[in-house]
Amino acid sequence: MSREEEIRAGLFEHTLNGHAPEVKVLTEEALSLGMDPMDILFKALIPSLEEVGRRFEKGDFFVPEMLIAARAMQGALVILRPLIAETGAQPVGRYVIGTVKGDIHDIGKNLCVIMLEGAGFEVFDLGVNTPPEKFVAAVEEHKPDVVGFSAFLTTTMPMFKANIEALTKAGLRDKVHVAVGGAPVTLEYAKHVGADSYAPDASMATRMAKQLVGDRRDSSPGAHALEQAVMKIDETLRKG
Amino acid sequence: MISGDRAFVIIGERINPTGRKVLAAEMKEGVMDRVRSDARAQTEAGAHMLDVNAGIPAVDEPALLVAAIKTVMEVSDAPICIDSSIIEALEAGLSAYEGKALVNSVTAEEDRMERILPLVKKHGAAVIGMANDETGISMVPEERLALARRIVERAADHGIPQEDVIIDPIAMTVAADPTCGVITLETMRLIRDELGNNMTCGASNVSFGLPDRPTVNAAFLPLAMHAGLTCAITNPLEAQVRRAILAGDLLLGHDEYAMKWISSYRAELVRSRS
Repeated sequence: MSREEEIRAGLFEHTLNGHAPEVKVLTEEALSLGMDPMDILFKALIPSLEEVGRRFEKGDFFVPEMLIAARAMQGALVILRPLIAETGAQPVGRYVIGTVKGDIHDIGKNLCVIMLEGAGFEVFDLGVNTPPEKFVAAVEEHKPDVVGFSAFLTTTMPMFKANIEALTKAGLRDKVHVAVGGAPVTLEYAKHVGADSYAPDASMATRMAKQLVGDRRDSSPGAHALEQAVMKIDETLRKG
Repeated sequence: MISGDRAFVIIGERINPTGRKVLAAEMKEGVMDRVRSDARAQTEAGAHMLDVNAGIPAVDEPALLVAAIKTVMEVSDAPICIDSSIIEALEAGLSAYEGKALVNSVTAEEDRMERILPLVKKHGAAVIGMANDETGISMVPEERLALARRIVERAADHGIPQEDVIIDPIAMTVAADPTCGVITLETMRLIRDELGNNMTCGASNVSFGLPDRPTVNAAFLPLAMHAGLTCAITNPLEAQVRRAILAGDLLLGHDEYAMKWISSYRAELVRSRS
């Protein structure tokens, strides 16, 4: 196994087990050896966090394990993000997310943020108790692929509908995919209020979002190829 | 009934459709068989009160809550804790219930206090006051104490005596943040020493997201009892939880001559033989 392969395997293992210091050290070593930040991200870190998500969905992993894995990955992202930004590479997608107005529950929403960032999304977290106008403003400003509403109470779930109506009024409803989730939420209820999708947990929410942007990417292979080419050129220029 | 000088009070948590798909589906159809059997089983397992929640998306929650409360009254004499975040549902539940109810819950949010406390007074009920406000849940015990004090004082303004205000110091999962446990326990100590109110909490919250939740819950309860918790919304059907509470009462001097501990042991012995 080459050192690069060892580093990839090490990053995968240490991210999976939530060893933040090791992940940071290996990321730095990888860069010093001239490994591509995109390679580190897509061939080691993202697959590892996907494995974390799979295990969580199956019930083999628990919330704290998911949190420390994500934290370990975030340590690497802090280093990699500026380098990836230099190459002009785009995030996998953009995601605006928040807990709805009147609701202050945020564990599930925070897990979604972590998983989405881990999967390569640029996430705009509006926090808790988010009024419809704040969602509208964020969708307008960031032009996300998906906007996610989280609610933990049957009393606050009707805010899904209020948020969707606010988006419609602002002329933004057909420009963004609306995803909803939270403990009392069901697929049936999501359909009832006019959301585009419902996810029962953070891992599923992330997979569905990836599928969604993946579908969009696939629909324009030309744009995708162009993006790859630009990245390659940037890379060559950077290496001088 | 609830007091720091007496045995711990268990409020059975099971009649709550959140996260219980089958129960939710049945209740939605107006089928109350499971509500009935949950009420019976929890009372037999030692619940002193029963929490009743009918929070199902897109249903007429006030009507459903009333139906559930009436069902529980048919099969159990245990006082009811009327649980809803919808004020109209609380009001309907209070009107339907014959007896002194516990309202679950009010927060320190201005508009909720001003709408819920008059209802509590009107029906001669008691109320759970959660130590949070519109800005969220503070991670500073002193700040939770200040919110608890605000609720107790506002309740007094509405003519509700201190003994009818049970403070919820708020238990959150240690899976998301390992300091949640100690923050809750410290808040309990502060409220006990500074206010002296009875306290309750959603004790099963502490273990959310973890494996083997009953063991974590069972360890948390005696710690909380020692810190001033006098009552908890929890699951008495979990033998570990029930036994931990009985043992806690015994060790804290609330079970003279260990009579309750012994009789519970005997009852379990009889059940296991039959």
